[in-house]
Amino acid sequence: MKQLYAFVQKEFLHIFRDVRTILLIIGIPVAQILIIGFAVSTEVKNIKTAIYDPSNDVSTRQIIDKLAVSEYFNIVEYLSNPDQIEDRFQRGDIQFAMVFGDRFHENLYHNGNASVQLLADATDPNQGTVAANYAAAIISDYAQTMMSDLNIPFQIMTQVQMLYNPSMRSSYDFVPGLMGLIFILICAMMTSIAIVREKETGTMEVLLASPVKPIYIVLAKMAPYFLISWFILIVILLMSVFLLHVPITGNLLWLNVFSLIYIVLSLALGLLISTIVNTQVAAMLASGMGLMMPFMILSGMMFPIESMPTFLKIVSCIIPARWYISGVRKVMIEGAGVEHILPELLILTAMASFIILVSLKNFKKRLE
Amino acid sequence: MIHVQHINKNYGRICALKDISIDVQAGELFGLIGPDGAGKTTLFRILTSLLLADSGEATVDGLNVRKDFKELRNHIGYMPGRFSLYQDLTVEENLKFFATIFNTTIAENYHLVAPIYSQIEKFKTRRAGKLSGGMKQKLALSCALIHKPTVLFLDEPTTGVDPVSRKEFWGMLKALKAAGITVLVSTPYMDEAILCDRIALMQHGQILSVDAPDKIVAQFPTKLYRVRSNNNYALLNRMRQHPAVETVFMFGEYLHVTFVDQSKATSACFSEFEAQFEEITPNIEDCFIYLTQQKWIM
Amino acid sequence: MDYVIETKDLTKRFGNFTAVDNISFAVGRGEIFGFLGANGAGKTTAMRMLCGLSRPTSGQGFVAGYDIFRQQEKIKRNIGYMSQKFSLYEDLQVWENMRLFGGIYGVKDSVIFSKIDETLEKLGLSSERNTLVKALPLGWKQKLAFSVAIFHEPQIVFLDEPTGGVDPVTRRQFWELIYEAASRGITIFVTTHYMDEAEYCHRVSIMVDGRIEALDTPHNLRQQFQATTMDEVFHRLARKAQRQGE
Repeated sequence: MKQLYAFVQKEFLHIFRDVRTILLIIGIPVAQILIIGFAVSTEVKNIKTAIYDPSNDVSTRQIIDKLAVSEYFNIVEYLSNPDQIEDRFQRGDIQFAMVFGDRFHENLYHNGNASVQLLADATDPNQGTVAANYAAAIISDYAQTMMSDLNIPFQIMTQVQMLYNPSMRSSYDFVPGLMGLIFILICAMMTSIAIVREKETGTMEVLLASPVKPIYIVLAKMAPYFLISWFILIVILLMSVFLLHVPITGNLLWLNVFSLIYIVLSLALGLLISTIVNTQVAAMLASGMGLMMPFMILSGMMFPIESMPTFLKIVSCIIPARWYISGVRKVMIEGAGVEHILPELLILTAMASFIILVSLKNFKKRLE
Repeated sequence: MIHVQHINKNYGRICALKDISIDVQAGELFGLIGPDGAGKTTLFRILTSLLLADSGEATVDGLNVRKDFKELRNHIGYMPGRFSLYQDLTVEENLKFFATIFNTTIAENYHLVAPIYSQIEKFKTRRAGKLSGGMKQKLALSCALIHKPTVLFLDEPTTGVDPVSRKEFWGMLKALKAAGITVLVSTPYMDEAILCDRIALMQHGQILSVDAPDKIVAQFPTKLYRVRSNNNYALLNRMRQHPAVETVFMFGEYLHVTFVDQSKATSACFSEFEAQFEEITPNIEDCFIYLTQQKWIM
Repeated sequence: MDYVIETKDLTKRFGNFTAVDNISFAVGRGEIFGFLGANGAGKTTAMRMLCGLSRPTSGQGFVAGYDIFRQQEKIKRNIGYMSQKFSLYEDLQVWENMRLFGGIYGVKDSVIFSKIDETLEKLGLSSERNTLVKALPLGWKQKLAFSVAIFHEPQIVFLDEPTGGVDPVTRRQFWELIYEAASRGITIFVTTHYMDEAEYCHRVSIMVDGRIEALDTPHNLRQQFQATTMDEVFHRLARKAQRQGE
């Protein structure tokens, strides 16, 4: 036990003696979250809006006036033809459009209902949703006022349509992807390099010729990166909540447990790499190109898995990050309970156990 | 203390060790002498249980290097070719770490390493990477000694170290021997051979000869002459052509020559070079060269 | 005498540290000059200045007739360099290495190809022309590296610890190559840790703490210090050193 303690202490010394690397490791996720934080507009103001109003009657003008005085909307154009809408969106002239039905006032008073369509550019889903919600609130507010004034029941049918991003994937979705990637970077890459470095400098030879148990060498190498990863997990979660305003609706405990399983799995991958390669450069390439690239491309972080060809869908099943990212999305963003991520939890645990077994078996107690 | 019997080791098709057998007595300072690629490091790794031999048996301190490797690793000290230290840890941190993994402490065995460690102790907060070659060597030796091993394996401890540090290092080895530790040391420097009790001359994975250095020298099978001249290089080329000359090699400002028949190649034959012949006692290097020329089978 | 290296009061300081302290010496054409010293004595720094890789702080120096302050590029074209650490590209074939280094020094292609064959023949390596360098034994590599270093017929070749770890027979063959080159008028400037090797040199200098403490033929040095070997001479001098190695 004392051996293990001395070992872990040594590994921490290695890490703290190389301050630049450790700052880089912690700096990358922090910087990325900051960038997302600035890129995502949480404040919605002066949304460039177009109106198509074929009715041009009392009711529509009253609604338009309400819209115009609100600080959220900035009406830039009154369209004469519904075909112009798409063109304006694509040119980037407008972010929002309000389209009234024919004979709006007449329908409202005589039939008790009228319809209005709200079109929002959801490239930034946050802003699109907010705009649609504000507009809908203005319309329903108008309906309320009319109802109490006239004392007759009627309703305005509001139809909301999100353009260009129908599944409403938000920028927050980047956070689970970032976590999936950063743990591979720290755990797999740093652990494999740390182990292989001892092979390169020849110290591994001395360690193996000593009575120290190989499992201690492995555990000691993993311990600091495990703790650093956990620290980074907490930093990412805190920044997500306070900077990105992502409400963590799910169970925080399970989010941690789930992430720690993934971290252990990444550590095991690093160990596996270190048993295969003999130089630090090879370790870097194996974890960088061999792990990061497929992880980024096939985990669903960059391209949605649903739209992949069947073959790649099957391949993506063996990428641990796919399961991790999907699980974190469910818990963190959708607020699902643990019962909904059981498959992900089980698959990751199985994968982690398998990799640990293989790499421990591969870790040699001799030199060849 | 060390028994090696008929060890063979191949890397793919390359034969690294061929039928190696040696016995090292307790308390002996035993040298493996040979150039790079002779198989010294492979033999060290087999004896320290880091590699398995293809065939043959070896025991160190009565423990089989294959079966009893776990126990064996408690009793040996090993210093691989490159000074295997953690460059980013300080002198003291290195020593403390190696003490702990061998389940001991610096305090417990300080007396063992004191003669060596005390020389670098004033730099104990300096990082190992910032030490000179000679100091690294001393630290590596301290680390290999801190657990009081019965056998010490030193693989080319003096390579790349300047002559002054080399001399100091051999002084330390003498002291360890006096303390009763068996030392197996390898070196490519022929002049270090005479500092060992016994040596094994190695080349191409084979042992050419095992004996005390002076005995090997005494067995040199022919007469050796050193020759001075006004142009060694020209004389060397001339002698190579001469049928009565067996071997001729440059040796500093002299040529070292052996003859098939000395009477047919007297200094008079090479008078234009002002050649002066003088019979000398061979040194280990002469023996090694002569052995590798396969003119002498021991 | 025809000198190819001449220095006068050559000094190199790094901040407060004087790595090379007022060294003055001269090396003649075709001479084999041994440049000895313990680690940290200033050998490497001095050699770098002579090769035009480092600018001296003060003093004078001429190498191959060119000023080491102003004509570094010309110096580089007229010298060869070989060190134990880096000599040849391991993943290139033997002849590819020779063509590369020949090309670097501006040797004409037609000359390169005839010289490759000539050199390999001399080394007895003709059959290894297309072998990757990493597949060669260390001793062959070093002999080859030396041949590559003098491929462009430089006036001077600098050898930085060229024979570490090589077996005695190969080492002697290596020295035979050196003598052969010297007999053709190439000056050899060599550093080594093998003191017995110093005895092969025509003259040796021994540096201690940045200064040249002794400079003469091995024979005279042994007499001067009443020693039987160069090793003893070296120890007498190096023991005075104040500096610890780098």
